Amino acid sequence: MIAEKGKETEIGTWVEGAAMKNEMEMEFDAISDNESFARVAVAAFVTHLNPTMEEISDIKTAVSEAVTNSIIHGYENVYGYGRHGDSRPAYITIHPGKVKIHCLIEKGVLHIEVQDNGKGIDNVEQAMEPLFTTKPELDRSGMGFAFMEAFMDHLEVESQAGKGTLIRMKKRLGTGAWISEEMR
Amino acid sequence: MHMEEFQVIDNCLMVRLPEEIDHHKSAYICEKADRYIINENVSHVVFDFEDTRFMDSSGIGIIMGRYKKISCFGGKVYAIHPDKQIRRILNISGMSKIVEIMD
Repeated sequence: MIAEKGKETEIGTWVEGAAMKNEMEMEFDAISDNESFARVAVAAFVTHLNPTMEEISDIKTAVSEAVTNSIIHGYENVYGYGRHGDSRPAYITIHPGKVKIHCLIEKGVLHIEVQDNGKGIDNVEQAMEPLFTTKPELDRSGMGFAFMEAFMDHLEVESQAGKGTLIRMKKRLGTGAWISEEMR
Repeated sequence: MHMEEFQVIDNCLMVRLPEEIDHHKSAYICEKADRYIINENVSHVVFDFEDTRFMDSSGIGIIMGRYKKISCFGGKVYAIHPDKQIRRILNISGMSKIVEIMD
């Protein structure tokens, strides 16, 4: 059965999903504890579009990479859980910077922007080379950008030394909506 | 992470990884694993992904870092019980070429 956009059918949900627009913005402390929060928040935001398990995993991974880069490179808040035991040592100064995430869903495409006002990237092309990392001592794989590119459809990086970094990613969603249509 | 998530059996370090592996968790895992590798005369490392449902490139850093440490002494790194998503990450990152993946 072919459904026309805007027409009342038994499978009304996917028709509305295709036309829907939704937007959110959030800002949080650039500390590693929030990496998980950021992933789950963005995943929750796209849930009602009925993404597949794989799409959700891809999005969570891409968000995790971008947010982690802001935290450990942008603001140099490198300490995660238990780096020196159960809590960070008292002498460590945590940069008070924030990470901002902006998400827009429009015409079946998810747009994600992850922005920080940290130290910025001197050489964006070099930073995006697979395996390149400025923090090998932290056991960083240098694959953050490679993962973002692999799991999203489109990636743009805007950065200026001393000013901050903006990551723009896009992913076309909607396979989930089609699957739930076929199952009816 | 509790004591029982790291176990040395013969000269093999077994690491039971958590449900989520990201930068926040990875430093602890790396440090603890390295301490066992040095103190317990470990030759091989086995990463158990049984409980793991999410991993980003921090997890690759954990694997790569331990691989570099033990491979120069002839040791091997294994990744066991990865689910479909973890397997994808291991393949995309090229880890499938340097660690043995087993179900």
